[in-house]
Amino acid sequence: MKLTLKIWRQKNAQEKGSLQTYPIDGVEGDMSFLEMLDVLNDELIEKGEEPVVFDHDCREGICGACSLQINGEPHGPDRLVTTCQLHMRKFSDGDTIVIEPFRAKAFPVVKDLVVDRSAFDRIQQAGGYISVNTSGNTIDANAIPVNKDDADASFEAATCIGCGACVAACKNASAMLFTSAKVSQFALLPQGRVEATHRVMNMVEQMDKEGFGNCTNTGACEIECPKGISLENIARMNREYLKASSRG
Amino acid sequence: MSILDSKTPDGPLTGKWTKHKNDINLVNPANKRNIDVIVVGTGLAGGSAAATLAELGYNVKTFCYQDSPRRAHSIAAQGGINAAKNYQGDGDSNYRLFYDTIKGGDYRSRESNVYRLAEVSANIIDQCVAQGVPFAREYGGLLDNRSFGGVLVSRTFYAKGQTGQQLLLGAYAAMNRQINRGKIKSFNRHEMLDLVIVGGKARGIIARNLVTGEIERHAAHAVVIASGGYGNVFFLSTNAMGSNVTASWKIHKRGAHFANPCYTQIHPTCIPVSGEHQSKLTLMSESLRNDGRIWVPKNIEDAKAIRSGTLKPTDISEENRDYYLERRYPSFGNLVPRDVASRAAKERCDAGYGVNKTGEAVYLDFASAITRYGKEQAGIHGNHDPSDAEIKKLGEEVIENKYGNLFQMYEKIVDENPYKTPMMIYPAVHYTMGGIWVDYNLQTTIPGCYAAGEANFSDHGANRLGASALMQGLADGYFVLPYTIGDYLASDIRTGAISTELPEFDEVENNVKARLEKLINNSGSKSVDHFHKRLGKIMWNKVGMSRNVKGLEEAISEIKALREEFWKDVRVPGSTNEMNPELEKAGRVADFLELGELFAKDALHRNESCGGHFREDYQTEEGEALRDDENFMYVAAWEYKGEPSDAVLHKEALEYNDIEVKTRSYK
Repeated sequence: MKLTLKIWRQKNAQEKGSLQTYPIDGVEGDMSFLEMLDVLNDELIEKGEEPVVFDHDCREGICGACSLQINGEPHGPDRLVTTCQLHMRKFSDGDTIVIEPFRAKAFPVVKDLVVDRSAFDRIQQAGGYISVNTSGNTIDANAIPVNKDDADASFEAATCIGCGACVAACKNASAMLFTSAKVSQFALLPQGRVEATHRVMNMVEQMDKEGFGNCTNTGACEIECPKGISLENIARMNREYLKASSRG
Repeated sequence: MSILDSKTPDGPLTGKWTKHKNDINLVNPANKRNIDVIVVGTGLAGGSAAATLAELGYNVKTFCYQDSPRRAHSIAAQGGINAAKNYQGDGDSNYRLFYDTIKGGDYRSRESNVYRLAEVSANIIDQCVAQGVPFAREYGGLLDNRSFGGVLVSRTFYAKGQTGQQLLLGAYAAMNRQINRGKIKSFNRHEMLDLVIVGGKARGIIARNLVTGEIERHAAHAVVIASGGYGNVFFLSTNAMGSNVTASWKIHKRGAHFANPCYTQIHPTCIPVSGEHQSKLTLMSESLRNDGRIWVPKNIEDAKAIRSGTLKPTDISEENRDYYLERRYPSFGNLVPRDVASRAAKERCDAGYGVNKTGEAVYLDFASAITRYGKEQAGIHGNHDPSDAEIKKLGEEVIENKYGNLFQMYEKIVDENPYKTPMMIYPAVHYTMGGIWVDYNLQTTIPGCYAAGEANFSDHGANRLGASALMQGLADGYFVLPYTIGDYLASDIRTGAISTELPEFDEVENNVKARLEKLINNSGSKSVDHFHKRLGKIMWNKVGMSRNVKGLEEAISEIKALREEFWKDVRVPGSTNEMNPELEKAGRVADFLELGELFAKDALHRNESCGGHFREDYQTEEGEALRDDENFMYVAAWEYKGEPSDAVLHKEALEYNDIEVKTRSYK
């Protein structure tokens, strides 16, 4: 395949960026999207140019490092995959592909296609845990049975990889899907109920502080989420939040 | 050569850990506030160690090259975590987990460490459940288990195919709690580039801020290395792109012995290589071997026809399939340990029975499991005369429930539906049992420098059993290191804060800067990946799944030559004072080019086959590994002396008092 790539280049957070055009040839359908960028980078290095910088690590869809807005969609045109698992067979010879970083006020660009998603870490630090010591002095794991449906729903929420596609997909750059997934994981388990009130209040407060937008229920986040995190989590978080705020 | 002292406590095996905990020194809570600990790496071992150390009261600094601790490669572990809970009532016990691990490791691991691991395993599950890790449960609300290779009980706890993710998010949550309390400062997008030793003790690190390129000094009373394994020396592996040996290699060059580098795990069930552009390999969890049956065609003509595309696997009848693991190892069947399964796949493919274009793939087939589960489900639903289509549908639902995400991952990569046609798999580099030598306290040969998780060598011998890496990482981090490090730090309570202005920091920082400048100003002609790929090919072809004297000798001289070429001709674009992934890679590959040679040297010196180390010149008539217990029942710990070829061998003799040393058999 021959392709034309239009890639966002930006030297650092301070300088302005722009789209640059790069033709690329010999792309095979079996390549992943990032392997295609590897090939481009190898060519750029040999020509003495600066390679394109992008976040990536596990390349198996689980670490959440890779991002990229591809033709306007987070993680590209395929569903339920991250960019590292998107394969070039989804594109055709002659295509032009526009590659940008995830765009959001709370995700400032670091360089080229790399953004700063540390806001997500700070939301989790505000309460995304159960306050139990890790010294091992706990009760037997089977002492508290958990209803299988709740355990499964908690797990589904916990499979969020923290990539930020939900924010990039949202016209308001809202982080509700991400935050609600974490709130839900704990809210659904008996171990997590004890601190549920504090947790939801603190995490939502931090989310707002970080400059994420509001949720207007368009549902784009759910469609673009590579892990299929459900909008039900947002509904659950809203209930939790309402309950918590009415308790004052 | 010297004999290394493992500092294993005296007394009966089952009481060693309790006795040791009672005997070692403690640091009082007020003093802990004056003691700083650096943890490099935030995977299961590093993340859990950091959280517990901070909870105990130490001031902790964590470092990871990723943009968040949550992205460490432990996240990619799929199948599960072992624990001797015996919830299934199938005869499991601490001793049995200990026994399986020692045997699985082919009698090359330290008895006392392995028993301790088994002893704390059950507590890991309690701890994780208390932290809200959503393990799989049965309808009664209790925890579910599955089986893994090399064992005859069901002791593996899991969260679908994302167990590592859930456990890591648990450790990350525990870290977050401490970050919120101000007890952990987390330095993300930072890479440790050297260790600083003051007065013979590890007292800090030099790290590079990967966003600004700034070189930073960080001081502490102790340094914990939990930076994972070195599988990426093969270029293609199931490791993350950034996984590297740099932190381990730097401490090795500062005096930490590197143990058993040749013990590498080649995982039998990975998606086969598709072409030259390939950047990494994807694992298909071992848990799939619970339900998948591995086979190749019985007739070589069928294999040829499949390779040329004229025959489909589903066209081959039952009697023309060779379920070679079930044939060779009737008692363990498809659940033999990883090293055995990998070699058996290679043997069939080398003999010409491989089933993909390159002839390097075997089938992993779920058809029988789908039928079996389908019939079972139909019965449960009261349908006692189900049609084939109904059976298939119900069976596929069960399989999807158990392995859905893995099947989806396979389909995305290979573009074939594994519910309808068998998966193709082939072995790939996955885990390194070798690593930094540590004593019973997880301390390296540098006082005050510790190693935990995959970065150390301690618990898996020459082959690791499935679902034991997560267990070891969390055991080291939550339950072992936080106690044992106190014994060392107890003598540091009057030291006060360590200054970063010491001349030792100046010297190490200057070295780090000089090396970065050298790389960036090298103005060669080839990219870092060019060298990394060539190193990987040498390693895979000559130091991979089966090794021989000639190949290893060639590998040693080829790696040395490649290393020289690298320093002459590598091209690193950009500058040092900015975000520069090529510069990061260059430093890591430079270290792999040294480690690779030591790796081959270790493999050459070990004149036996054991676990993941298979020497063609040491095998039984049936092609099984042939150990030499008389001459090689020891840990090979290498001391750095300059060039890898100058490394000096030290031995730790392995003694087995509580288990009979036998030839490992899974037949």
